[in-house]
Amino acid sequence: MQIARVVGTVVATQKHLKFEGAKLLLVQPLNADDTPRGNALLAVDGVGAGVDEKVLVVLEGRAAGEALGKKGAPVDAAIIGIIDTVTIYE
Amino acid sequence: MQLARVIGDVVMTRKDENLVGIKLLIVQPLTPDRQPAGRPLVAVDSVGAGVGEEVFFVRGKEASFPFHPAEPPVDAGIVGIVDHWDLG
Repeated sequence: MQIARVVGTVVATQKHLKFEGAKLLLVQPLNADDTPRGNALLAVDGVGAGVDEKVLVVLEGRAAGEALGKKGAPVDAAIIGIIDTVTIYE
Repeated sequence: MQLARVIGDVVMTRKDENLVGIKLLIVQPLTPDRQPAGRPLVAVDSVGAGVGEEVFFVRGKEASFPFHPAEPPVDAGIVGIVDHWDLG
């Protein structure tokens, strides 16, 4: 899983049926020191995250579908939790 | 599967219900000579690993198999603590 920050919301009216009721957020993956890493991507939200929150994102299709509660959904990323703390011990 | 060292942990209160009770650790993948191999990532723990230990982890949906019949939405999981490895 990848640590990321929610940087935006996405609205789409015309979309695949399985996206009905799903919230789409724009997330920016982060390095361990909170700097941006790579490009932002879209993730479905399974936990009620909001802009600016630090979240844990799963980057795998079937797992993302489970987070959304819909098997067979055409998704590849989902927010599975809102992070309280990250501790690196080195 | 890949060798890694556990370097940290992640705490979440609000999360997918299937993640309740599952430990989340930050792992740094390693080369066979113990150098960092790529960026750290977050993995679930199913073997009781702790910070500082050398482990091996699996990527993909298979990372949820140790929690069967629960299906936590995860893509990386620690599945073994390495005692030692030798290069021939």
